[in-house]
Amino acid sequence: MREITASGQTVEEAKENALKQLNLNEEQVIVDVIDEGKRGILGMFGSKRAYVKVTEKEDALQTGKTYLLDVAHEMGIENIDIEVSQQEQEMKFDFVGDKLGMLIGKRGQTINALQYLTNLVVNKNQETYFTVVVDAENYRQRRQDTLENLANNLAKKATRLNQEVKIEPMPSFERKVIHTALHDHSEVSTYSDGRDPHRRVVIKPNTME
Amino acid sequence: MKALIETIVTPLIDYPADLHVEVEETDAKIRYHITVNENDVGKVIGKNGRIAKAVRTVVHAAHSNTDKKVYVDIM
Repeated sequence: MREITASGQTVEEAKENALKQLNLNEEQVIVDVIDEGKRGILGMFGSKRAYVKVTEKEDALQTGKTYLLDVAHEMGIENIDIEVSQQEQEMKFDFVGDKLGMLIGKRGQTINALQYLTNLVVNKNQETYFTVVVDAENYRQRRQDTLENLANNLAKKATRLNQEVKIEPMPSFERKVIHTALHDHSEVSTYSDGRDPHRRVVIKPNTME
Repeated sequence: MKALIETIVTPLIDYPADLHVEVEETDAKIRYHITVNENDVGKVIGKNGRIAKAVRTVVHAAHSNTDKKVYVDIM
């Protein structure tokens, strides 16, 4: 990460000088004004130059991609690449390659761990918070389909038995899929119970008190 | 595999120079011992050990081709 201090007649000019030296535009940097400077009389007497410190922003998307690729390589996975996309505050890293099963793991536990770690790395030095999604072989979509199916089946079970049905513990973004899937269901409602990492969705028939 | 742990942990911490990973390997098990600067301990363990758990999950996945038991100790 590069950082320089530059000066100019005004803050604006100092900033421009710094950007020119770094060869960056305004959106790629953080500007700290060190001294606002003074104009002085007739622009000659008692004038003081303005100083700013300009720091290059880390490209969070690149940081995340590099991190995931480095970790995957060290795990011994070769011939792998990542497709990156960003939509507002959500970054998506999609692994492309073969033998990605090892990256996904049982019930996605490895890919979820990688997603959590990447989230920490990406957000470490940022002012804005980014949501990170790590995907491989369309795992997230497949998992969402599975969870929606599961939700519907367990909703039927809950109605049939007239009993609460507890689903196994899962991370928040997976619980959300269940809640959303059953949100408009006429016969059941859902809530979460317990504390992470053991927090789980409970499906409750509406006929129950 | 020592490099794997360094790759995972380095970007999480503030004092990478103080990161040390020791490996102890026997016929039946591999034990990794991670030490970091005391100011970084929270950054590798996390609330309720959440970060430590994620690190272990990834390390275990990378060892799925061995029969040895794998341990990751922090501090």
